[in-house]
Amino acid sequence: MRLIEAIRSALSAITANALRSLLTMLGIVIGVAAVIAMVAIGSGARNLVDQQIRSLGANLAIVTPGNVTQGGARLGAGQASTLTNEDAEAIRHEVDGVVAAAPFVQGYAHVVAGGSNWGTRIYGIDLDWFSAREWDVADGRTFDPEEIRRGDIVVILGQTVARNLFSEEDPIDQIVRVRNVPFRVIGVMAPKGQSAFGQDQDDVIFVPLDAGRRRVIGRNYAKDGSVGSVFVKFANEEDIEPGIESMTELLRQRHRIMGEEDDFSIRNLTEIANTASASANTLSMLLAAVAAVSLLVGGIGIMNIMLVSVTERTREIGLRLAVGARPRDILSQFLIEATTLSTIGGALGVGLGAGAAYLVAQLAGWPSLVSTNAIILAVGFSALVGIFFGFYPAQRAARLDPIEALRRE
Amino acid sequence: MALIETRDLGRVYNLDAGRVVALDHVSLDIEKGDFVAVMGPSGSGKSTFMNLIGCLDRPTGGQYRLAGTAVESLDADGLATLRNREIGFVFQQFNLLPRVDALGNVELPMIYAGYDRKTRRERALQALGRVGLAERAHHRPMQLSGGQQQRVAIARALVNSPSLLLADEPTGALDSRTANEILGLFQELNREGVTIVLVTHDAEVGRHAHRLIRFKDGRVIEDRRQEPVDARDLVPEAAE
Repeated sequence: MRLIEAIRSALSAITANALRSLLTMLGIVIGVAAVIAMVAIGSGARNLVDQQIRSLGANLAIVTPGNVTQGGARLGAGQASTLTNEDAEAIRHEVDGVVAAAPFVQGYAHVVAGGSNWGTRIYGIDLDWFSAREWDVADGRTFDPEEIRRGDIVVILGQTVARNLFSEEDPIDQIVRVRNVPFRVIGVMAPKGQSAFGQDQDDVIFVPLDAGRRRVIGRNYAKDGSVGSVFVKFANEEDIEPGIESMTELLRQRHRIMGEEDDFSIRNLTEIANTASASANTLSMLLAAVAAVSLLVGGIGIMNIMLVSVTERTREIGLRLAVGARPRDILSQFLIEATTLSTIGGALGVGLGAGAAYLVAQLAGWPSLVSTNAIILAVGFSALVGIFFGFYPAQRAARLDPIEALRRE
Repeated sequence: MALIETRDLGRVYNLDAGRVVALDHVSLDIEKGDFVAVMGPSGSGKSTFMNLIGCLDRPTGGQYRLAGTAVESLDADGLATLRNREIGFVFQQFNLLPRVDALGNVELPMIYAGYDRKTRRERALQALGRVGLAERAHHRPMQLSGGQQQRVAIARALVNSPSLLLADEPTGALDSRTANEILGLFQELNREGVTIVLVTHDAEVGRHAHRLIRFKDGRVIEDRRQEPVDARDLVPEAAE
């Protein structure tokens, strides 16, 4: 019997018992829907994490001050400033694969403009910052090298700050006061959105490194040339690991550290990003695996109902055998019926799952991705479930003795 | 060469209760174009004989040739192909597929013979015409009377032009008048050249055949030719 013919006859058998067929399919429908929705939501979440982490900038490492002991008092990581402009300069020039080394100082400042004020983070940066973080201004301009060198009192606002201080007004060339120092606004950064830790990355202002150090942040950056941390950007991901090794070597030399504890630490941010997205990936695979179990349960439902169907249609099978069906014709008839049932269930499940994923995405504000791969995989898998669980009932049908089958009431 | 040739045909069942000889060395020939009634009480071996000559079962002893083919050497697929080509079955309970219309039911043997849709359609309509049901082609079995259902079953049995029409108590589920119509149809088909073997326990039905073979305890106890009763004579109005 030809395949199209067989599928048509399977469809007529399925629709003859529409309610029962639907209930039989339900297991597969729910299983596939769960897989599709889980994978979609999982990969959506992964993408979100990914995007947030990578918004830091790709191929990035960060050098931060480490523990130090000053005159018997031990200071925890980041409390003392052990890094300097010159360290950053040295990294930029002596480590292979480094495209930018951006030293910066950071603090908290209250910004006043006319009648409004806003508390925000303030960064003192140099020009490498923009390339290291892959972040540029949307309005106005960035610092020019002279402004950085002199430590001019000019400022670039983050989107959030600009909005809160100036709302609709154009902030360019306006004066904002930070700790009573009047800074002239020269630009507004492009929006960057949330960081991986839920921080608003646009709630920030940038000033030249020296201006930040001397005028507004102060603290222990007062020591000439000291900086908080250094972002180091590499050309390629493969450069990061060897780069970190030679940076460590370089900084140990420069800080004259022999044997004792490093007074700095270096972290590979790209690796952190990869780890985070890998764990999000694992999570979504786990969810899909759990959902796949329900597909298995759906398959057992199909086997159950196919066995019932074979019993009910014993006389039909007997008749088909009598008029010339070979056992393998009967086998393929029931196999095709089970597979058609499970594949329709799979298709319905894809629709339901995609709908659910879309709904969750809308409600949670996540991007959701129903991938073509997931759809093909789910429908293919449900067809396989049909073949696998349909085989035993089909084989039972094919092995019926025509005489016995015809005699059955 | 006869259409059916059996030589020492035997069928033994090994049951828990012991060995049962259902058919014991039966040797007979049935010629092409004959109309044979196989009779006997239940347990006489007539059903076993029918299953064997219908290629639904294999003998445990002896030989059986159907239209020149040695049946005892065939496997399940070979038997299926032989049934499909050479035998048309008519059953007491009609055995029509309930979800399929008359035309679809008649097409069934041709599906397994591998005919395309168009040929099947044409030949099924032709076969339905032959049993006088051309205008009921799209009725489902539930929408047809018992006699009409049996006619559909006969059309199904004829559609692959088999060399043998094998009917098992074909009138058992019908009232006597309808039964007579069906027997009349058999006689008419037989006059057109169809070989018929009809299994029945009803002597009245057996009288419509040209040859009568009676079984008892797995053996043939009577085998004679007879002047058949003409179904048209019994109920005159049925002839019109």
